[in-house]
Amino acid sequence: MPFELWVALRYLRDQRFQTGLILCGTGVGVGVIVFLSALITGLQESIIERTLGSQAQVIVRPIEEIPRVHPMDGEVLAALTLERPPQRVRSIEGWRAIEDVVRRSPDVSGVAPTITGPAIALRGQGSIALSVRGIELESYRTIVDVESRLVEGRFDLAGFQVVVGTELARTLGTGLGGRVRIQAAGDRGGVYTISGIFDYSSQTLNESLVFVSLRGAQTLFGIAGGVSALEVTGGDIFEADAMAARIQDRTGLVAESWMEQNGDLLVGLRSQSMSSVMIQVFVILAVALGIASVLAVSVVQKAKEIGILRATGTRSRSVTRIFLIQGAILGGVGSLLGIALGAFLALFFANLARNPDGSATFPVALTPLLYGRSAAVAIAVGLLAAVLPARDASQMDPADAIRNG
Amino acid sequence: MRFEMVDGGDVPLLQATDVRKTYGERVVTQALKGIDLELAEGAFCALTGPSGCGKTTLLNLIGLLDRPSGGQLVLQGEDVGPLSDEARTELRGTRLGFVFQFHHLLPAFTALENVMLPLISRRGRATAEIREKAARLLDRVGLSDRANYKSTDLSGGQKQRVAIARALVIDPVLVLADEPTGNLDTESTAQVMDLLESFNHQYGTAFLLVTHEDSIARRCRRVVHMVDGLIASDQSGSLSPADRT
Ligand SMILES: Nc1ncnc2c1ncn2[C@@H]1O[C@H](COP(=O)(O)OP(=O)(O)O)[C@@H](O)[C@H]1O
Ligand SMILES: [Mg+2]
Repeated sequence: MPFELWVALRYLRDQRFQTGLILCGTGVGVGVIVFLSALITGLQESIIERTLGSQAQVIVRPIEEIPRVHPMDGEVLAALTLERPPQRVRSIEGWRAIEDVVRRSPDVSGVAPTITGPAIALRGQGSIALSVRGIELESYRTIVDVESRLVEGRFDLAGFQVVVGTELARTLGTGLGGRVRIQAAGDRGGVYTISGIFDYSSQTLNESLVFVSLRGAQTLFGIAGGVSALEVTGGDIFEADAMAARIQDRTGLVAESWMEQNGDLLVGLRSQSMSSVMIQVFVILAVALGIASVLAVSVVQKAKEIGILRATGTRSRSVTRIFLIQGAILGGVGSLLGIALGAFLALFFANLARNPDGSATFPVALTPLLYGRSAAVAIAVGLLAAVLPARDASQMDPADAIRNG
Repeated sequence: MRFEMVDGGDVPLLQATDVRKTYGERVVTQALKGIDLELAEGAFCALTGPSGCGKTTLLNLIGLLDRPSGGQLVLQGEDVGPLSDEARTELRGTRLGFVFQFHHLLPAFTALENVMLPLISRRGRATAEIREKAARLLDRVGLSDRANYKSTDLSGGQKQRVAIARALVIDPVLVLADEPTGNLDTESTAQVMDLLESFNHQYGTAFLLVTHEDSIARRCRRVVHMVDGLIASDQSGSLSPADRT
């Protein structure tokens, strides 16, 4: 064992009480960091997962109809606004070629042509506003894992079959095999048979979203052969903005990422992260001060011993290292305690409350990355905290330190 | 081995010329006012004088623990004045041994480990060779049965014997001992002095011993007496070891 490590370990062992106290302090600090990170990351992941579980990362739509400026004779300019009729579902021109272009981008892993439009469900006397989504299951399942949300029946959209949410089925007072009339603008519509019921864990989606075949939606919204959107999925969900920008560049269409569509959510998540980081910074500061003060006291207590070591030929850089190593060990061992404590707290908390389906109400994200990062931070903090005490120790005048009396 | 470093043998082990030391900036203490001292290889020399006359100060300067305010110190033909702190540490770790009156050993370590420490700190890690050498020295000071005792479990005399083994483990040319028996009873004092003498005879290690006690000074071949920062008398060869009963 290297000399400096040997002496550092001996010193830590020798002053058991101080070592124990600061290890507890560091452990509690790192525990708080691990717990907080696990909780916040877990919550955010589950929120994002819930959001993206029903939504594509990027949605490509036809370009908005904007005022066009026509140059006229002479100096006069006239602005024309093309107001599109409300509720009209518009198709992407030449969408098959565009789909090919998008699919060929290296960051894209799935593209699904879809049609989404408004309609109403009629049953008996009642009518309910719907959002009808026409999909091809084959391509759509690369975007959203709809089949995993199915709680009853099959995801079969052939012919006049429809898959509805749990809430809608309840409101309509029907179930699998039930029939529902779906009516869109322009008096287009038909009677559909419910082949499956999904649960998106979202009140809004469960009571208004229905899936029909792409072809059925084309008929319903009067855009034979067309689609109203291309839904796209790529790799890293937080790269969706960039992916959307690239698609927009390449296709000249409007490409909107989930991040743009959920601006409020992201702002919320960011400020949550920020406050968590703030708390962690202060905890780290407290840990650093704790380690630094313990080592500073130790340097004073060991002044004569350091003097003797120096007198008997120990180099001053070795003395520096002895205290730096102590700092690193305190940080490292403290972080192990803290990881154990934080993981325990997080799991305890996660088990405290459960959703009806058995999943945790407060999901926690305990990952090797979090452990590794916490340990690295704690060791670095221990080292940094030891810098000043170590410098003091190495610069001590041995003649002063060992002067008799 | 170490005698080969000295050419011709006429270069003294240590040569101090007009060494001065002042402490303090506002209130200035002149601890040493011009010391001229020469120590030969293998010397066994006592340094006596009233409290506050500058004995410890002189020892610290010779031991390269402190720098003089004036004058010159030459160790084995080398002027140590211009040496860097690193070079001085190097010299302390390879040529000089220390025995202190108080706080002898590091309490976190066993007796054997204390003896090993100076070599481990030089070589970077413990080796079997270091362990053997330390064990041999511990045996030599009569403490092989206490090798694994923590220093806090040793008596004052035992601690000082461990400290002597530690000072000698690097094969120093000169051991500086500041009142090594100041805290010991008569019997331990005699044991410690016997050991110092035997190391002096056996290995030719030079010793400079600060002491108050006449009985110890009388066992030295040379006695340097200091008063108020100056050497007052320097008596050699009053008693050769053979003359003693
Ligand atoms: N670090 C210091 N600062 C100021 N004065 C000191 C210091 N060390 C020693 N002295 C003074 O120098 C003089 C000599 O001290 P010292 O060498 O310890 O004497 P001795 O060892 O002979 O008793 C004393 O007057 C002492 O007060
Ligand atoms: Mg003294």
